[in-house]
Order: sequence, then C-alpha cells, then structure tokens
Amino acid sequence: MAAYIVRRLWQMLPTMLGVILLVFFLFNWVGGDPAYVLAGKISNQEQIDNIRRQLGVDQPYWVQLWIFIKQVVTADFGASWSTNERVSNILMTRLGPSLTVVVPLVIIATIISIGLALAVAYVRGSLTDRAVMIVCTIGLSVSILVYIIVFQYVFAYKLGWFPVQGWGDSFWENLFVYSSLPILIGLVVSIAPELRLYRTFVLDEINQDYVRTARAKGVSENRIMWIHVLRNASIPIITNLMAGIPGLLLGSFLIERFFSIPGIGREVILAVERSDFPVIKAITVYVAFATIATNLLADLTYKAVDPRVQLK
Amino acid sequence: MATDIATLRDGTGALVRDNRHAVSPGLWVLAWRRLTSDTVGMVALAIVAAFILMMILSGAGLLAGDWNREVGVNYAPPSFVDVEAPATATQQTITTTETAPAGTEYKSTIVDPIGDVIEKLKGGKAESPPAAVQPGAAEEKSVDPLADVMADIRAGKGVGAAVKPEERKATLPLGGDKWGRDVLKKTIKGSETSIFVGLASAAVATFLGTLFGALAGYYGKWIDDFFNWFYSVFSSIPYLLLILAVAAVLQQKGMLTIILILGLTGWTGVFRLIRAEYLKHKSREYVQAADAIGASNGRRMFIHIFPNISHVVLVQLSILVVAFIKSEVILSFLGFGVPVDVVSWGSMLNEAQNELILGKWWQLVAATVAMATLVTAFSLFTDALRDALDPKLKGRLGA
Repeated sequence: MAAYIVRRLWQMLPTMLGVILLVFFLFNWVGGDPAYVLAGKISNQEQIDNIRRQLGVDQPYWVQLWIFIKQVVTADFGASWSTNERVSNILMTRLGPSLTVVVPLVIIATIISIGLALAVAYVRGSLTDRAVMIVCTIGLSVSILVYIIVFQYVFAYKLGWFPVQGWGDSFWENLFVYSSLPILIGLVVSIAPELRLYRTFVLDEINQDYVRTARAKGVSENRIMWIHVLRNASIPIITNLMAGIPGLLLGSFLIERFFSIPGIGREVILAVERSDFPVIKAITVYVAFATIATNLLADLTYKAVDPRVQLK
Repeated sequence: MATDIATLRDGTGALVRDNRHAVSPGLWVLAWRRLTSDTVGMVALAIVAAFILMMILSGAGLLAGDWNREVGVNYAPPSFVDVEAPATATQQTITTTETAPAGTEYKSTIVDPIGDVIEKLKGGKAESPPAAVQPGAAEEKSVDPLADVMADIRAGKGVGAAVKPEERKATLPLGGDKWGRDVLKKTIKGSETSIFVGLASAAVATFLGTLFGALAGYYGKWIDDFFNWFYSVFSSIPYLLLILAVAAVLQQKGMLTIILILGLTGWTGVFRLIRAEYLKHKSREYVQAADAIGASNGRRMFIHIFPNISHVVLVQLSILVVAFIKSEVILSFLGFGVPVDVVSWGSMLNEAQNELILGKWWQLVAATVAMATLVTAFSLFTDALRDALDPKLKGRLGA
C-alpha cells in the first residue's frame, strides 16, 4: 500500500510539471509582456520595474520558468497586481467561504441523487422513471445563470426568505443565513445531471446475477437496493464525485459572484476582469494540483469500498 | 473495401439479404432507418434543423438583420401581455428605478443589489453625450472602457436616429429591451451567435481530439505516452478555470477568440474515447489486410479505421455542441465572450439580470426559452443518434 502511494506520488510529477509548463506558456508567452497589462493599473514606474524584475521578463525564458517553478514550490506568488494583497493570503482567506458553500452542497446533493437514482432505477421504464428523466433533461438545458437570476429575484428579493447577498463574520451565520439560498440553487443545478448519471450506474448493476440470487434467497428489496446494488454501483459514483470536487470549488463561481460570497470562484472572475495574472496563475496551478491529488484519493477509496480492487 | 467488411460485420441483417444479391444497407443507412423510426429523435432533429436554418438565414442577413434598430419604446412590453402602457420613452427607466423598493431589510453587511443597478443607469446617463447617444450606452460597469466603442458603433449604424420617437411602437411581439430594440429579433440574432459558436468550437475540439486520439492510439509507444501526458495535464485543470485563464490572457474579444478558447480546451473527452477506439481497431483483421496490400500508416488510420469509428466522433461532436453553447452563454454573460456589438444569449441574460429587478421579464424569458428549447432538442437528438448508431447501447445511457 505504502509502496503504491509512493509510486503514484512519483508519477504525479510529470503531470504537475506539465501544468506548470502550460500555465507558464499561457501567461509568459501568449500573454506577452506584463508591462502592457500593468501600464493601465499601476502608474508607479518603479513598481512596474520591480514586478518586471521579479518576473524576470528581461531574462531568457528558462530563467523565467525557473522563477515560476520557485514561486509554485514556495507558494509565494508575490502580491496581486490590483490590490497589492499577498496572493498566498488571498488564497487562504478565500478558501473558507468556498468550502462553507461547497461541502454541505456536495453532501446533500450526493445523498439526494443516490436516493433518487436507486428509486428511479428500481421502477425503470415506468411512467415515473420517464417523467423524472424528462424533467432532468429539460432542467439541464436551462442555463445555471437563469436559475441564479430567477431564484435570487423570487426567493430573496421578492419574497424575502433569504438575504439577497452578503457574507458575515460568524461561521454559523454564514452557513445558515447566507449560504442557504446558494446551496439550494446548487442542489437544483447539480441533482439533475448526477441523477441521470447515477441512474445508469445503478441500471448496470440491477440486472446482475447477484441481485437475482439475493432476491431468490429472500433478501428484502430495500436491502438489495441499499446494500447490494449501492455498494457495487459506488465505484463509478465515487469516480464521478471525486473528479467533480475541485471543479465544484470553482463551479460555484457564478453563485459566489451573484451572492457576493468572498470565495475562490469569485476571486477568479475578479482576477480575470482585472487581468490580475499572479492570482489566476496561483489558483490555476493549485486547483490543478488538488485535482491530481483527489484522483489518487479516489483510487485509494476504491480499495476501501471494494476489496476486489487490486492496486498495482 | 474496409467499409464493406465493416458493413457485413456491423449490420447482421445485411448478411441475410446478401444471398439475393441485393445491395446490403450500410451502417449509415441502417442508422438512418433506426433514427427515422424514433419519434422523439425525429422531432428533436426537426427542432435542431429549424434552429440551424434560422442561424443560416440570420447569418445571411435575411432574418433579423435590423435587430439593432430601436423600433419600440424603451422596455416595450410584449404584445400578448396586458400591462400598463409605458410612459414616454426615456423617462421610464429613471422613474421605475427610483420607485423600486430597496432590498435593505437585512443587516448592513448586505450590499444592496439594486444599488449598483441604479448607479449603472445613472452613470450611463451621466456619461452619455446629450441627444447624440441613447441613455445607458455604458451598460457593463460604472466606468465602461467600451463606452466610446459603443457610441461609435451606434453612430456608425445610425441607430436610434432611424426611427423617430413618435413612430416607435408601444408594444412588440416579444417586448423590447432598454433601448426599445425588438426582443424577438435579438433572440434570433443571439441564436445565430450562440449556435454558430457552439458548432464551430465543437468542430475544432472534435477535430483536435480525433487527431490526437488517432495518433496516440494508432502509433502507441512514446507518441501515446506523450499525448497521454498532454491529456492528463489538460484534464487536471478544471475546464471552466482553463477557459477563464485563456480568456484572461487573450485580451481581445471576438467570435474567433471564443471559438478558439472553447475548441483548444475542450478536446480531452473526445481524445480519450477515440484513442480507445484506435487501440481496439488497429490490430483487427481488416487493418492487417490493409497493411498487407501496402496501405500507408496515414491511409490505414484515416481511410480504413476512421469510417469505422466515425459514429463515436459524431456523437461526441453533438455532445460538445450542447456543452459549448452553455459555456458560451456563461462566458458572454461574464463579459469574456462576444464583443459588446454582438448579441448572444449570454449578453441578453446579462441585460435581463438588471431588467428583472425593474420588472421587465420578457428578455430573460425569451433568451431562456430559446436556449432551453435548442439544448433539450439537441440532447434528445444526441441520445437518439447514439441509439441509432450503436444499438447495443440502447436503453443503457441517458433517458
């Protein structure tokens, strides 16, 4: 097991290096001289020179790359070009609000999706099944923007059930007051695709021999679905879930933007609007690293869920 | 040659008919027959075809060419709604904004959402040169770097001056926007942009994914390793983050930019599937036979193997079109997509967001319904297409 983890960690290195190269290529080569971008926002020539020196724009490309790798390893991307706040500080303070929304969202969405998927797959082909699938397909085709605009208008603005937007200092206030409508919207948006997908995973299992065997020996239908089928269907579900988590952190960026939640996603949009390259670079690289790490975590979870899985 | 062999293998019905020396139906003929017998798929296909026809007509200038003309009064309501007749054009925005209730029942930490709308509207008015430009030219931010561009565009096209105030209609079929432009025409024009961007960027992404997948799967060895590494790099950066990063770097906006952004970042899913198909096919007998008669690598890859996997490519293409239409809408909404003088569903939603607070819901509904109809139809068509091309999958995937 330990040997497996070490080898997997070792294999991650080329991918991580690739991410660094890609980001470097984008920002240092395609993006051109940052002085052009900076000229519009920092009038102090000395400061611009400082940043140019720090980035090593006057140096050959391999020196610039080396500076960038050092920045990634030491987690020191310098200061934001727009607000002069330390990039590392931006990342640390924006992570909390994002997680406050995303963690409850993922947990509730997964429980509801799995429950509904088992129920719908159990009555597969029936009117209920088809109706639910049609609702999901139509629900999926409406842009997330529309859900946010309409829900915010109706539930927060018109009916006043939730605050229109904002963020406080207390964790519980944030979780139960400010996050509830964002989480509700997140649920509406994420359950439809998850339900469709999980239903196919469950359908793959439901016709297997072991289900018939279990039924033949008199196991209750509830036990068959929740214990036998669910455990076997959980591998693709975990893959899907784990693969989605880093994206979710970001995927909620529209929600964060509309509700003024000071999270990672909103920071990305602000940074893109302001051409704040250090912030975008740092977020891109670390979110990519997080994705690579969750892939490993997913593989390790398989082993825990399914003893037949051989890690090699 | 290769297709003939594949036909015999794929279409089991073909072998039975063969003893009468009739021409056996190929994969595509069989798929088309299955598709035509699928009612839902055919209805979906008809809707998609109607949208594409609309896109072509609009692109050729035959439809909604004058979407930019301000034919109605500001915020003209839809004809089918019986609401209060709008007051004189320019004053209406101000009155509505000021009488709109402020949503400040919550604590002081809450930022008033209409606050910035009001600011925007007022800012727009303050910045506009009197009489020459319609109010609200600066719609995006309180300080709009594109205000001049907008002014130029509007002046150049003679917008606003085209219709005299007294000739403006009080109602329009689907209502009017802030400047009194016809929402129906805007929706048609917006469909053109969104569908074209979706189709073109899906074509770019599918082409790249197919090419990379073919090379990796066919040649194997270090080429496969290289493309796998490339794939894992691209797929480890969440898709939307990658799009935003590219949008941040490419400063200029435009249709071509957004097509390139979506196309260059979206090829990974296609790559994975096509690579697997090539791995499977490259050692099959018909490829060995092609090798034996001296077909080159390129010929074996694209003349012999490609037709046998082209159904996978087609299905991936249509999946990507839907995904990219959605992405384009989000990008344009955020202002990273199409330029301000181009209308798309995303930019319509952006305007609609502020209009909704003023109670003007029609542009939001028009853009949403148009998009939802197309995307639903396209998704259903994709499912039908997949079932038709690969009957073994039927009932397993999707609804």
